[in-house]
This record gives sequence, C-alpha cells and structure tokens, in this order.
Amino acid sequence: MRNVGLILRRELASYFATPLAYVFILIFLVLANAFTFYLGDFYQRGQADLKPFFAFHPWLYLFLIPALSMRLWAEERKSGTIELLMTLPVRTWEAVLGKYLAAWLFTGVALALTFPIWITVNYLGSPDNGVIFASYLGSLLLAGGFLAVGSCMSALTRSQVVAFILGVVACFVLLLAGYPMVIDAFQGWAPQVLVSAIASLSFLAHFQSITRGVLEARDVLYFVMLIAFFLFTTTVALDLRKAE
Amino acid sequence: MIKTDHLCKRYQSVTAVEDVTFEVRPGEVLGFLGPNGAGKTTTMRMLAGFVAPTSGRASLFGHDVEAEPLAARQSLGYLPEGAPSYGEMRVNAFLAFIADLRGLEGARKRARMHHVIERLQLDSVLDRPIETLSKGFRRRVGLAQAIIHDPPALILDEPTDGLDPNQKHEVRTLINEMAREKIIVISTHILEEVDAVCTRAIIIARGRIVADDTPVQLAARSRYYNAVSLQLETAEQLAEARAAVEALPTVAQVEVSERDARLTALPRAGATILQAISDLSRSRGLKLKELHLESGRLDEVFRTITA
Repeated sequence: MRNVGLILRRELASYFATPLAYVFILIFLVLANAFTFYLGDFYQRGQADLKPFFAFHPWLYLFLIPALSMRLWAEERKSGTIELLMTLPVRTWEAVLGKYLAAWLFTGVALALTFPIWITVNYLGSPDNGVIFASYLGSLLLAGGFLAVGSCMSALTRSQVVAFILGVVACFVLLLAGYPMVIDAFQGWAPQVLVSAIASLSFLAHFQSITRGVLEARDVLYFVMLIAFFLFTTTVALDLRKAE
Repeated sequence: MIKTDHLCKRYQSVTAVEDVTFEVRPGEVLGFLGPNGAGKTTTMRMLAGFVAPTSGRASLFGHDVEAEPLAARQSLGYLPEGAPSYGEMRVNAFLAFIADLRGLEGARKRARMHHVIERLQLDSVLDRPIETLSKGFRRRVGLAQAIIHDPPALILDEPTDGLDPNQKHEVRTLINEMAREKIIVISTHILEEVDAVCTRAIIIARGRIVADDTPVQLAARSRYYNAVSLQLETAEQLAEARAAVEALPTVAQVEVSERDARLTALPRAGATILQAISDLSRSRGLKLKELHLESGRLDEVFRTITA
C-alpha cells in the first residue's frame, strides 16, 4: 500500500506541475455552471434544489473525464517511463491503483470547488441537503466509473488521441446501456438475459437513482464493482503488453 | 549472479532474441555489442523483467525474473534505453520518488541521494524540471536513479549515448569504480567503450550470441593482430619499402595507404614480424616516422562476425 501512496502523490503533483490541472478545473467549473443556469433554468424553476446542476454531470463527464484519463497510461508508454516504473519493485496493480486514485482525487477536488452553488441554493431557499449530499456522492462515483473505463482504454494504446476516443465511446455506451440507442442494437438477436444484463449496466440509471436522494447499497455496489472490474482489466492489459 | 538460460523472444513472425545463454559474476563488466536491432535491448529488457521471454529463463541472484519479479528487481539498478524519466518533475523530486519506491528511508535515503547527486554532478540542476535539461544531464539523472539504492547488479542500456567526451570519461570512471564488487552489464555500439570498461564482451547479431570473450581475445581474432604498421617520412620510399616488406617470408600481405605514407604488414598465421621489419628498415635506410605493433582491431572483428 505504501507504493500506491507514493505513486498517487507523484501523479497528483504532476497534474499541478503542468497547466492541465488548472485548465481542467476552470473548464469544468465554467461548463457546470453554464449548463445549470442557461440550460437548466436554475432560477426560473423556482425550486430550491440542485437537480439541474447534477443532471448535466453525466454529459459533462462524458468528454472531460476521458480527456483526463487518456494520459494515464498512454503517456507512460509514449515517453517510455512505463519501462522505468514497471522495472522498479512495484506491482502492476499498485501502479494502476495509485494513478487511478490520483485522477479520482483530482476530480473530487474539481467537484468540491463547485461549492458556491451549494451555498447559493441554501441562501435562496431551504433545500434538502441530504439529497444534495447523496447527489455529490453519486457524481463522484460516476466520475470514478468513467475514470476506470478511461484508465483501461488508456492502457491499450500509446496514443492519447486514440485513448480519448475509445474512452468517450466506451463511456457513452455504458452511460446509455439501458436506453433504446444501445439496447436496440442487441434486441432481436441476443438472448433476453443478455439484453437485460446490459440494460442493468447503465451508468445513467444508477446515477439518477442516487441523485433522487435514495442512496441504495446496490447503486453504490454497482459503481464499486464496475471500477474494480475496469482497474483489474487495466492491470491485465498492462501485464500482457507492457513493452508494445 | 545474472543467469540466462536459452532465452528466446519472438514477436509474431519476427525472432528478436534466440537461444541466449550466459552467466555474469560479481566483478565482471559485460559489454553487449551488436548492430542496431540485433536484440541487445530486448535481452536487457527481459533481464529487467519488462519484456516476458517467449521461452527460456533469466534470474538475478537466484531469483527468477518472472516467478519472483519483486525480489529480482530489488537487486537490480536499470537504465532503460533513452533514459526515460518524468519530464515535468524536478530532479530532486524525481530522485526522491525513486528512492522511496526503492524502500530507502530517513538517514540512508538522505545519504544515498547526496551520494548520487555528488557523484553525477547534479547539484546545479536539482531544482530544474527534467524536460528542460540537456541530453547529457538527462542521461546522468537516469544513471543516478539506477544506482541510488546501491544495487549489486546494474544493467545500463547505452549509458554514454549523447554525452560529450568529458562526460563519457566521467561515466566510464564511475563504472570502473563500481565494477569491483558489482555485476555490470552495459550495451553499447561504441567499441572504444569496450576497451575502456569491459572485462568481457558478448557480440549479438540477429538475436544470437556470435562471440563471448574478453576484449583482448576478441581483438586477437582480427587479421590485424600482431600486424606491423610503419609510417614513412615521405611517400617517395613507399614503393621500395613495400617491395622489401612483401619479400619477407613471414609477411602474408601488405596494405598501403598513399595518403599518409603508411604501410601495414599482416603476418602469416602465428608469425611475429616486428623484429624482421625493424631490421629491414634499418638496412634499407628507410626514414621512419613511426613503427608500431597492432594488437588487433575490434571494429574489424565486429564487422567480420556481425556482417
């Protein structure tokens, strides 16, 4: 576990050593607020809650998270540092987990910096802060899920652009797994068990169930297992083809 | 001890390394020679545990690099090809990161960091991001991270590539200093480096070991081994000298270079010809600028066996 912490710390420091961190946080905050006020009709709705704010998070993450996760492993491959890291006395899963947690912690920081909107809504009315807390947690889990998918895509290639595109597509499919756009592609030929299994994988359905304020174990478990699965896949992908 | 046993690496249809077997003991500095793409880097990567062999085994001090990767890596310092490092990190932070992952702590960590910084003369760049450094400094940072935990074995892939002659000399001195108690494997295509630091050389071509010997013994395979080279004051006597030297029964062949009035006499197998040529030049009144015995040319041997 010591190695996970060391890699996490190095990785996080490297975000802030480049403009990446500042650009990401700035764009995330601007877009999150713009969506809320202009597309979400935050004021006109006349309701003291953050529904319009959280409703746009999945779509915001769809493009911003792959932009963050694309560099996780593709950059290590490109610059050759993967050879340095993987020949140190470090287990592959320790490196995968350390880098992943750094990225997740970083999105957590970006998410936490949206706190003025929470203050605003509390100033304007008396919202259900329990729902808001659950929604923040749901949003963090959603970001974590996207990041795990992105980490896996990044481990497959040395090109960050390819990692980004694969990440967006994979996240999009998972996001809408329960919706006609994805389900229709399987309906008709795949067995019903498979179709309902795919439908139950939907990021959006689980996220929306959390943001309604019902923090159910199965939704949290869904994200935890999904993250574990994709990090495991990342580890396998790296072990199989470190040098390519 | 570093040991490889019938090591092979195949990529789809291409064979990168084929049946490589050798052992290196403490005190040996092994030079890996070979043309580009011969399999030097792949072999080193398999030793470092970065590339998995298709078949065969490699072990460091009895730890199989595949079965016990962490134990094997702990005893190894490794400089990958091109000395990769995290460009945005400062030299100080980078070395501290490697030291941490190597399990160094407290006073020992401070002492080792101080040692490598001093040894590789990195004081002046400690606070600079690595990506802003010159190629020479980056290579030295790569060497510093490889030796920071004072490992009993070192694998250095082209340690002097991109260094200027002074820096090359510094790195070779460092390698020679560490050579006494460590196992060192370096790859290079600079043949003078083999003479300067290696106690043993393995030449690889097309993935196979084609020679494994001391640098002196390798050079002795050269047709220039025990050849005599003489340079005349002027080119006027060249034709006369050539005819006289060629007439000697122990001389097999004579090569002439008009440009610098030089004549190289190759002996017949096992013959020594220095004395005969020396006597001859005195009796013929040749005006000599230089006369010397060659110990064999490594580059010529290299070309002959890897061509």
